[in-house]
Amino acid sequence: MSTVFIALQANEDTRPIIDAIVIDNPDCTVNRQPAMVKIDAPGSLTVRRDTIEEQLGRAYDLQELNVNLITLSGNVEEDEDTLTLRWNS
Amino acid sequence: MDMKTAKKKLGLKEKYRLLTRDLGWEPTYQNKDEIYPYTKYEGIKIHDWDKWEDPFRLTMDSYWKYQAEKERKFYAIIDAHAQNNGHLHITDARYLSALKIFLQAISPGEYAAGKGFARMGREFPGVGTQVACQMQAIDEIRHAQTQIHALSNYNKFYNGFHGFADARDRMWYCSLPRSFFDDAMSAGPFEFMIAIGFSFEYVLTNLLFVPFMSGAAYNGDMATVTFGFSAQSDEARHMTLGLECIKFMLEQDPANLPIVQNWIDKWFWRGFRLLGVVGTMMDYMLPKRVMSWREAFEIYGIENGGALFKDLARYGIRPPKGWDDAGKALDHMSHQFMLALYQYNFGTTFHSWIPSEDDMAWLSKKYPTTFDKYYRPRWEHLKKLKEAGTPFHNMGLAKLCQTCQIPTVFTEPDDPTRLTQREVDYQGEKYHFCSEGCQHIFENEPEKYVEAWLPMPQLFQEPINGDLAAWMEWVSLVPGKDNGDFDGSEDQKNFDAWRDLAKSNQ
Repeated sequence: MSTVFIALQANEDTRPIIDAIVIDNPDCTVNRQPAMVKIDAPGSLTVRRDTIEEQLGRAYDLQELNVNLITLSGNVEEDEDTLTLRWNS
Repeated sequence: MDMKTAKKKLGLKEKYRLLTRDLGWEPTYQNKDEIYPYTKYEGIKIHDWDKWEDPFRLTMDSYWKYQAEKERKFYAIIDAHAQNNGHLHITDARYLSALKIFLQAISPGEYAAGKGFARMGREFPGVGTQVACQMQAIDEIRHAQTQIHALSNYNKFYNGFHGFADARDRMWYCSLPRSFFDDAMSAGPFEFMIAIGFSFEYVLTNLLFVPFMSGAAYNGDMATVTFGFSAQSDEARHMTLGLECIKFMLEQDPANLPIVQNWIDKWFWRGFRLLGVVGTMMDYMLPKRVMSWREAFEIYGIENGGALFKDLARYGIRPPKGWDDAGKALDHMSHQFMLALYQYNFGTTFHSWIPSEDDMAWLSKKYPTTFDKYYRPRWEHLKKLKEAGTPFHNMGLAKLCQTCQIPTVFTEPDDPTRLTQREVDYQGEKYHFCSEGCQHIFENEPEKYVEAWLPMPQLFQEPINGDLAAWMEWVSLVPGKDNGDFDGSEDQKNFDAWRDLAKSNQ
């Protein structure tokens, strides 16, 4: 199964987001590198607004991810509540 | 009086439709083929532009909001860099050579991509594509501007940053990225999307902006990290646009498959050649390294690119033609390129050097099957020559590849002791190539590539007429300051002196 990934800047904004991604994607692997965090997952990875809001303690618009996003791989599916990365193979 | 009711907030999909698709209209007094004259001549068949999916549903109002937020973060770092002598916080002034190459070779490419996407936003008939291309055009201009702005703080103190725009057009190693973008911009709109959206964004920018920028953080250069990551978050949207465009073409008509595959073959190889310079920056020019070029390519090239080709296999796409040759080149490319930059260092606007013992120990650990066998002996030999007071300069003119325009310094995929030299006779002229990949690209479109402007022949034409000093002036190179060995350079002496001052109060 191909790996998808998302990489975020390592800063205060992304700490709760990374925690939320780990909660929602128990198979993922978190790689911490200088100034960035790369999260790999087999096949697919879903970022959920609800879980981020719980970690963050405030309302969150998933498009705020754009501010601290570095890169991703996989086909993107986005709506108000989730952003999913997926390979169809 | 009516009661005030809370307005229902638009859903993302609804908002996206209203702020993009709703902008499209059917022309009544003009023919669509005349409005969009370039969409058919490449042979790509599109039956229904409404089938275009927009995976990132970013609309202009959100785009401005988040881009403004990114700009605020970026300028906070740039201000801090200027206020706290950020130029002295880097690990070593050798690191600046990587930044100079970035500014000369990559930032003008961002500007070119901006022009290209402005054109594509006009030429694609679909509204979803038009809006995405418009955002990308603005992104690319922003990348060029923020990079030039961030690096101008180094230009105040160090040599070699001043003439990047002239270097872009005139310097031999910059003709590699320049020819890549010129080739893309003079193609049709669908090929441009494969060139930039797929090859540059999907395959290249991860390598350029992720491990290299993470390395910049290790080397104390937060200004570069910030412009790199700020640009790269746009690239995530751009990659998605590139991938979407490939899928769209393949889903619209089976006849599009061979055309798309041919472009993927071409632009993978062009992109891989362009990456050679990034590999050299990562393996040789970061004083403190995060990962080798080989390791980075395994993650972002082989693993990520491989996943992409597996995903596209359902449409009949196979990995690009040069995929295996690229794999074989991984252990050699950065070493061969750095050796070339060292021997021609009088003709560059940055410094190069013989790797230290520490550097060489790292390189042999990262390249266990090739570095000690093929490259350490060459560096040891160059070191002896330097110690004897006769450092090696290659005063001959490099033979350039007619396609990628890089000197033909690379070796055969299966024999690292033999230089690759390929020739093609076309209409009574001989053309040279650095690889099978570049030769095939030429043979598919010879009329295009015979028109290439190459820096070496230019040396013998007006206004230079073969005069090396005149050439240096023409490319805005200040000999003895901008170029040559790092040891003993002004950059090295100044950095060390200023760092000493920063540590003392005398």
